[in-house]
Amino acid sequence: MTARHRSSNGDGAIDTLNPDELGSGAVGRGTSDDSELLVVDDLSVGFGTEDGTVHAVRNVSFTLGTRQVLGIVGESGSGKSVSSMAIMGLLPKTATVTGSIKFHGRELVGLPYGELRKLRGSGISMIFQDPMTSMNPVFTVGWQLSEAYRAHHNVSKRAAWAKSVEALEMVGIPQPDRRAAQYPHEFSGGMRQRAVIAMSIINDPELIIADEPTTALDVTVQAQILETLIRIKDETNAAVIMITHDLGVVAGMVDRVQVMYGGTVVESGVVEEVFAAPRMPYTIGLLGSIPNPAMVGKRLTPIKGAPPSLMNLPNGCPFTPRCPLAIDECRESEPALTETDRRDHRARCHRWSDLLTIESPQLLFDQQEIGMVENPAALTAADPDLPIMEDVISVEQRMAAAAEDREAEHNSSEETTS
Amino acid sequence: MLRYVIRRILISIPIVILATFLCFALVTAMGDPLGDWKTQRPRLPAAVAAEEAIVGYDQPFFTRYGHWAVNFVEGNWNRNVVPGDNNQPVKPQIISALGVTAKLVLFAELISIAIGMLTGVVSAVRQYSMFDYSITGIAFVLFSMPLFCIAIMLKSIAPPLNNWLQSIGFGRWITTAGPPTSGYTGGFWHVIYQFTGVYILPVICLFAISFALYSRFQRGSMLDVLNSDYVRTAQAKGLSQSRVIFRHAFRNALIPVVTVASLNIGAVFSGAIITERVFNWQGMGTLIVNAVQTVEPWMVLAWLVVTAVFIILFVLVSDILYAYLDPRIRLD
Amino acid sequence: MTNPTVEVAAEASTSSVQELSASTFDATTARRQSVVIIRRFLRHRLAMISLFVFVALFLFAFIGGALWKYSYAFEDVSGGGRYLAPTADHPFGTDALAADSMAQVLRGTQFSLVIALVVASLSTSIGVVLGALAGFFRGWVDSLISRFIDLVLVIPAIVLVGVLSRNSFGSSATSGGGGNWYIIALFLGLTLWTSVARVIRGMTLSLREKEFVEAARALGGGVGRLVFRHILPNTLDVIIVNATIAVSQAVLAEAALSFIGLGVHPPNTSLGLLINQNQLEISLHPWLFWFPFVFIILISLTANFIGDGLRDAFDPRQKRVRA
Repeated sequence: MTARHRSSNGDGAIDTLNPDELGSGAVGRGTSDDSELLVVDDLSVGFGTEDGTVHAVRNVSFTLGTRQVLGIVGESGSGKSVSSMAIMGLLPKTATVTGSIKFHGRELVGLPYGELRKLRGSGISMIFQDPMTSMNPVFTVGWQLSEAYRAHHNVSKRAAWAKSVEALEMVGIPQPDRRAAQYPHEFSGGMRQRAVIAMSIINDPELIIADEPTTALDVTVQAQILETLIRIKDETNAAVIMITHDLGVVAGMVDRVQVMYGGTVVESGVVEEVFAAPRMPYTIGLLGSIPNPAMVGKRLTPIKGAPPSLMNLPNGCPFTPRCPLAIDECRESEPALTETDRRDHRARCHRWSDLLTIESPQLLFDQQEIGMVENPAALTAADPDLPIMEDVISVEQRMAAAAEDREAEHNSSEETTS
Repeated sequence: MLRYVIRRILISIPIVILATFLCFALVTAMGDPLGDWKTQRPRLPAAVAAEEAIVGYDQPFFTRYGHWAVNFVEGNWNRNVVPGDNNQPVKPQIISALGVTAKLVLFAELISIAIGMLTGVVSAVRQYSMFDYSITGIAFVLFSMPLFCIAIMLKSIAPPLNNWLQSIGFGRWITTAGPPTSGYTGGFWHVIYQFTGVYILPVICLFAISFALYSRFQRGSMLDVLNSDYVRTAQAKGLSQSRVIFRHAFRNALIPVVTVASLNIGAVFSGAIITERVFNWQGMGTLIVNAVQTVEPWMVLAWLVVTAVFIILFVLVSDILYAYLDPRIRLD
Repeated sequence: MTNPTVEVAAEASTSSVQELSASTFDATTARRQSVVIIRRFLRHRLAMISLFVFVALFLFAFIGGALWKYSYAFEDVSGGGRYLAPTADHPFGTDALAADSMAQVLRGTQFSLVIALVVASLSTSIGVVLGALAGFFRGWVDSLISRFIDLVLVIPAIVLVGVLSRNSFGSSATSGGGGNWYIIALFLGLTLWTSVARVIRGMTLSLREKEFVEAARALGGGVGRLVFRHILPNTLDVIIVNATIAVSQAVLAEAALSFIGLGVHPPNTSLGLLINQNQLEISLHPWLFWFPFVFIILISLTANFIGDGLRDAFDPRQKRVRA
């Protein structure tokens, strides 16, 4: 099982370099290649519990270059949050982490707290899901920002405070000098998330991990926050890992996307490629289960069943029980993450080549029974209006629509400030 | 903050008034102060009427309450009235006893809160360590210990301990007969020596019951906070471990412990009563037990009211502390 | 309830109330869950030992007490059998009146156990009902009950019970009457309900906002149905744990009360009263102190351990947390 991505690495037709080629002594900024800010190799995370080990993340590998934006997409429990926590070294002691995480060529797994501490916030910073709980209720917002700055800069409190006010201004908080002296509970949800973003950029990190930054917010506020994130990303030149279950968020923002299921990566590639020509039934299912402008008036197609328990994973592909294409081979062995027909586009599916011939992938999940589609090419649309995949996700179209929405949002509903 | 304090004080006032009424009702429910006296042997009706006038039970309930309340506020707390009792005024007895007991209660509370919080924090940070397991075990045993048994045992080890202390030239340090009635004598260090010798065993007793509570509560509260999102944020900011634990986690974990301390004060007062009984201190404990047994109405009443006010004040202080610690309350 | 383990371990944010309520709502899940809870409890070694000891104590006190050859009132008129150290004949020795100490301890244990059980069930019932009412109706009902709790807390419990039950002591002239243990138990129960009430009030306040209660309300459920069928079953774990621990607190409270002379009076007895009567014997005739002492500790410790085991069985996640 562990060899699968290594073999795919060896193919050479991908943008990631073989991790072995990295100078093992390369440490610190500037010594390693620009395309290799973060190299995650064969990362696995397990949690020991009374009832057995939970395999939260299994054999995840990816590479992130400077200024790149990576989207990690999956349902809750797919391991996306746990992998990001592993990068930050924030997992509980009950977790066992194996594999390698290299930041600027420096190994983070097993790094002592003191060393990891210096990287947190300044090298890699993190934006958490729930702005309501991610700030300490008993300190003012400005105090918490200043503290973050002073953790990495030897400056006076006054200078740190000025820096905090500046950061708050950068993320679009009106009257930042007055707001800095307030407590988190005096901020609205959206304002609080802006403050959390300000805290994450105050030390000018090279990598920002955003763990579902908009999930806990109102829809109107979501768009504002997303816009802020995109602007901040451009202004700070930081690389971003965007963790989300919202494909719309990914479509408008990221360069590359990787889809996670059952604790591992099941598909990865450039965002347009993955959305336009998915090579894994789960991705197809995800795309079919979200509303989008091209589908107005049509029914959504849900994926039947529930995600697997990470305690007792099936032997084969974890998606088998819900997969309309599942065959015996899928039940017996888990496929490797292999190259598909497209450049730099990999999928973990035995039958990815069968998806090439499929006329309308949406039809896969319209079946009453799962695991019954022997020949996907034979599927024909019962409903001639049913859009084919290219219509479903036209990235440019969606981004334009999203931009319009944000524009309208911006003009009509400026968030109230108190 | 000031507005909160003022509002909080205003809320306390009706509680005090209600409490005095409750106390008055309780004393009435205690029964006839002359019950024993009347049944000892046949009494003349005239004598009974005279005694009843002294006790004051010849008037209707609400009249008596109003009368008592006015007198009490003016500082006239009445006397011991049961025939054969000493007929002493109530107030000086209560004041002197409260001085003894309040000191004991406050010392014991401060020490058990301090040590309880310390061990609780360490237990939480080093969860499932040897230290954590030991504290958990000790807390469990202390939770299950009758306080008076701890007191009796401590008292019984005092004489051998004193013998030993004397043999190493430290003198007979420990006193089990309460604070000296004539006050402490000698220079500063000698007063400290006497004072600690008097208080050490009773304070250990009260410490034993409260420590377990505070330690366990602080541990749980600290664990909750350590698992909170904002502590994770603090770690993600790149703060040192000690800063995360003390500036962020401990500060928040303190808040619920303040509430527990205010809820526990009544139990500590009960504990003080028991401890005083064992060590024969002339404090509030001895006063109330004797007064209840002889059905001494004005003494019991004054005792209840003074204790209730003491506890309400303690709760008031802890509420204000709570608001100081938690801006969400303070600024509401 | 299939996948949350990881999310819990990694994100640990949802409250146990929420999780439990979501699961207990569904009857089949509830049944499956109760099997899991019982299995977890059976695996809790300390709690199982405690349960065994507690039951053994109960049987020993009642059956052993009934079968034991000596009467608690036995007096050796010859005056020869006083202060005998423990032997095979008198396993706990004898006291100043030459009465068999074991017979007295067994009788004291009977009283202490019965009082503790009465107090625990009474205080739990009162606390649950008042707490649920306050939390459910909020508004003036809540204010009234909350202020009442505040009031009860301003008087130390043992004094409150002592004053209330003073009428039952009997005077020096009338002692030898029927005994007052049930009055002490009643008033202790009427005093010690406040902590349960606070907990249940808090839980009800949050549960009443939950979707399944809203749904039941939308379906036309009356107050009684909402409270007793939908809200209280979801607090059952807390109620059971609290009731168990209340047994331990009741034993200690009764013992303390009897010890200072404001509790159980002769002809009734209790372990606290026995210790009160023998407290000066600790140095010279230590068995008179240590045996009742050990019995009190055993009752209270085992009840605490059983409660702790139940708590772990109901909510094992308290054990899995981020460091």
